[in-house]
Amino acid sequence: MNQTLIKPKVAIDSVGKTFRVNAMPLVAIERIDINIRENEFVSIVGTSGCGKSTLLNMVGGLDEPTSGEIRIDGVPVAGPGRNRGFVFQSYSLFEWMTVQTNIRFALEKSTMAKAEKTELVAHFIQAVGLSGFENAYPRQLSGGMRQRVAIARALVYKPSILLMDEPFGALDAQTRGMMQELLLKVWEDHKVTVLFVTHDVDEAIFLADRVIVLASRPGRVKKDMDIKLGRPRSFDIVTDAAFTAYKREIFADIREETLRVMAMERA
Amino acid sequence: MNNHVHQPEAIPTRHKPKRDLLELRQEIPSSIFSAAGFVVPALLLFSWWLVTELGFVRPLFLPSPQAVVMEGWRQLSEGVLVADASISIYRIVVGWLAATIVAVPIGILMGNYRIIEGSLEPLISTVRYMPVVALIPLSILWTGIGDAQKILILFLGTFFQQSLMIMDNVKNIDMNLIRAGQTLGFSNSEILRRIILPAASPGIWDTFRITIGWTWTYLVVAELVAASEGLGRRIMDAQRYLATDTILFGTLFIGLLGLLTDYVFKKSGQSLFRWNSQTR
Repeated sequence: MNQTLIKPKVAIDSVGKTFRVNAMPLVAIERIDINIRENEFVSIVGTSGCGKSTLLNMVGGLDEPTSGEIRIDGVPVAGPGRNRGFVFQSYSLFEWMTVQTNIRFALEKSTMAKAEKTELVAHFIQAVGLSGFENAYPRQLSGGMRQRVAIARALVYKPSILLMDEPFGALDAQTRGMMQELLLKVWEDHKVTVLFVTHDVDEAIFLADRVIVLASRPGRVKKDMDIKLGRPRSFDIVTDAAFTAYKREIFADIREETLRVMAMERA
Repeated sequence: MNNHVHQPEAIPTRHKPKRDLLELRQEIPSSIFSAAGFVVPALLLFSWWLVTELGFVRPLFLPSPQAVVMEGWRQLSEGVLVADASISIYRIVVGWLAATIVAVPIGILMGNYRIIEGSLEPLISTVRYMPVVALIPLSILWTGIGDAQKILILFLGTFFQQSLMIMDNVKNIDMNLIRAGQTLGFSNSEILRRIILPAASPGIWDTFRITIGWTWTYLVVAELVAASEGLGRRIMDAQRYLATDTILFGTLFIGLLGLLTDYVFKKSGQSLFRWNSQTR
């Protein structure tokens, strides 16, 4: 990739993160360098404890790197900002607000006119397939529907980057498949740069232009792989030879990592 | 979690229906569930009536249910009951409200700022074990022998536990709600007011319900000294004359008022936080 020629949307530059656990330093991330292009869909996979969520939080400005720097459009990240939307695994909806008010709440800090806000909210409710549920409370919705609200809420204020931390991890397999297709459709209609953290290899490949495999303890990039599957994608590509080849390669990496970590734990 | 997928109402089982009542964690028909709640007190009442009727115990040790009801009727017709109840309810409400007004902000601050939790939590955790009854002499020195002293005792009995529970209510909300607020560009005070508070409010309401129950249990202690009226006072006076029917009636009546308070909080909580119930 000609990443030196194109200015990256997100630059993760020698980023390290060390936590203190019982006064002992624990290196969660050693040194990660990743450049992400505008509108690229990047999946980050790895075994648990590889620091993938920590990395995402740092891009989101919810956590600070111990060393290195993260830049968005060339500007160093100094906290959360409205150029980034976040979707968490735990839905994290405001349960005292209806679907509509949840999404609208995200627009409160926008300067646009009231009518424009109303229109945007309606547009995103429709885009995530929640028409008819505008006045339902989150508790009345299924897991998949709640996560659609969260996606709409994260996109409605037009951030240029969408950060997703295992957003479909709590859903059953069928719902997860539907949500992946929905996400791709929404992403194709509203181009944004996506960083998608998951431990599901199929999900990572199916969604992304590029899959980054992280090694654990300490977290670092093990593999950075372009996924050259055509778009728009439909779910039957998971049985394609190309898909299976990617999957085999990533699985081998993750298996190697898992074995290494297990050996470390035994030692 | 797929809450739209309901469990089928009737799950076919291998067991005979009779055994199903003692199945581990198994749902039972709601009619049986509620009926069971009446059967146990009714059985107790019946055995109470039986042992007094058959003369197994002397009325001094255990007056008959009829005697207790008669005592209640006497207090009601003489106007004593209403007078006692109004003064006691007044003390409960003011004492509990005073505790709540202080405990809510303190609990919220402790739940959100580690520095405030660090400075107050050890103190409150220690103080809450102090026997309130031992503080009666001091409370009299500080506030005299009027209503203020009773209210102070109720305050002391409620406040410390309550502030710790409210701290927990606030801490128990999903951290990602706060993070969502941050990513949406809200300031700390906005997140506190518009996200943390509403998210914690059903829990805080439940704390209100539980703590006002505790305030009720402190009523007798509060009216122990220098009170001429009140439900607790009536019980203490009766002890002097071994009027066990008065003692029993007073105790049961306080229990009944406590139950009523609990019910009011439960029902109002359900309608205040309708969003918090699983289904429409």
